[in-house]
Amino acid sequence: MKQHEEEVKLLKGNEAIAHAAIRYGVDGYFGYPITPQSEVLETLEALMPWETTGMVVLQAESEVAAINMVYGGASSGKAVMTSSSSPGVSLKQEGISYIAAGELPALIVNVMRGGPGLGTIQPSQADYFQAVKGGGHGDYHLIVLAPASVQEMADFVGLGFDLSFKYRTPAMILADGVIGQMMEKVVLPPAKPRRTDAEIEAQCPWAARGKHGRKQRNVSTTLELDPQAMEKNNIRLQETYRKIEQNEVRFEEYMTDDAEYLLVAFGCMSRICRKTIEDARAQGIKVGLLRPITLWPFPSEAISRLAERMKGILVCELNAGQMVEDVRLAVEGKTPVRHFGRTGGIVPNPTEVLDALRKEVIK
Amino acid sequence: MTKEEIISAGGSKVAAKPRLLLDVNMHYCPGCSHGVVHKLVAEVIDELGMEDTAIGVAPVGCAVFAYNYIDVDWVEAAHGRAPAVATALSRLNPDATVFTYQGDGDLAAIGTCETIHACNRGENIAIIFINNGIYGMTGGQMAPTTLEGMKTSTTPYGRRVDLNGYPLNITSLVKELDGTCYVTRQAVHTPAAVRKAKAAIKQAFINARDKKGTSFVEIVSTCNSGWKMSPEKANKWMEENMFEKYPLGELKNTVNPK
Repeated sequence: MKQHEEEVKLLKGNEAIAHAAIRYGVDGYFGYPITPQSEVLETLEALMPWETTGMVVLQAESEVAAINMVYGGASSGKAVMTSSSSPGVSLKQEGISYIAAGELPALIVNVMRGGPGLGTIQPSQADYFQAVKGGGHGDYHLIVLAPASVQEMADFVGLGFDLSFKYRTPAMILADGVIGQMMEKVVLPPAKPRRTDAEIEAQCPWAARGKHGRKQRNVSTTLELDPQAMEKNNIRLQETYRKIEQNEVRFEEYMTDDAEYLLVAFGCMSRICRKTIEDARAQGIKVGLLRPITLWPFPSEAISRLAERMKGILVCELNAGQMVEDVRLAVEGKTPVRHFGRTGGIVPNPTEVLDALRKEVIK
Repeated sequence: MTKEEIISAGGSKVAAKPRLLLDVNMHYCPGCSHGVVHKLVAEVIDELGMEDTAIGVAPVGCAVFAYNYIDVDWVEAAHGRAPAVATALSRLNPDATVFTYQGDGDLAAIGTCETIHACNRGENIAIIFINNGIYGMTGGQMAPTTLEGMKTSTTPYGRRVDLNGYPLNITSLVKELDGTCYVTRQAVHTPAAVRKAKAAIKQAFINARDKKGTSFVEIVSTCNSGWKMSPEKANKWMEENMFEKYPLGELKNTVNPK
């Protein structure tokens, strides 16, 4: 592996996560096998980064243990991550809430499969609510990044950690099974060395990594029994979230300049919608796409602005209607908003989306 | 005589508050074993020169505020997850000496999975396990270690094995795991027991520092509030009842075999 320079590879989305983690200088990965994301752990074990960068890779006894390992590692200022798929991410919610409450940086990858319950191993986007509305207990948010390509799977590892350390809050890559499993060309960045102890101490003066001469001990805790102090903690978290909402909204527009109708879709659904737009425009229907890249913070302003001049909006998701609620909140009734979704692991083709657009929106 | 004069009189000082035990009021009930064990942990860390390298992992339960009392870096874990938290701290910070401090509800009920797998992997950590046979913090409910016939707020007529199963001897269980290097069961109800317990805790911290595997120190303890007894009676009850199911002594030592 030529880690010191940029490298072009043909990789699965899950494999790209593993390669990107090593090259970013991640300190630790803690995972547990579950389809369709097991290639993240498998690739890391095969690449043996502990022999090159010193990165720790550990297969935990459960998703619960894995996320609590992430909590422990993050408490000591290390760049740590885990990955899983829907049922496993449900198990991680306890730990994610603690990481958010502890104001700790960490990266969690969810390669979504169909649910509820054990569901199916086929692709889905049905964990949108869980990812963007909190998921675990208490008032908190994750920064949620939705990749639509293998390249973005790789890129969002670095972006996720950068944002997570900048705001001291956990970030999630919310991918679907399609993006995790499909192979594409990906440009991997040159490897960065892991931070030194001195760099960690400078970047994370709050880290519980042993006092090392510090007068004051560092404690990573989420417990506060004094209601006044606990409310202050909550207000501080909310202030962080407002800053993230102001600064970190990311989205992509495609052929919206002259569009009369708008599709809103993320992840693999946005790829399908691009083909729908091509087909629709060949038939004289002017359609554009807004693809949220951050699902939280949500691109509400951009959607509100576009809604002013749209005859209608179709929100396309691999679920029974989740993101559509946030689109409706953004649109505030300015134009009709309809939903098209498939569930159960079924991925629709572009024609189905166009048919839905005609039936539900154009009429 | 002033306090200072008494303390320094003729070099006769034989005991003092450990340097690393913070000068704050403890929330523990009078007579509780936690205070003594905290003191021993603070003394051991100081004596081994680990003030700058020790990282403690606190549990959920009565010892949840352990981080308020011992002057080292701490991470407060979710209920039962301390061994997982400690696993990452230890692997990611190889120069640190990582220990967990957990009660029986935390370690032997909700955290059984994390406990067994951390011990089985032989994580280089010291686990200090307070076994008082009850959930103290939440008001005296049945713990996995509650003795047969013992009354708690969720077994008001006494623990029945046909309904609630048997008391769990987790220490004997972890002894069987290849990853543990040192497994011992101690108590702190007499000065002699306190001295032995301190030696055990010290050995566990040395093993963690020297990367020998997992060290597991059970301290059979009293919960006089939860047991609804005076501290003195609780000590006696522990000797007469707890020690039969949880006998004191070394169960395993692969570092310094006898």
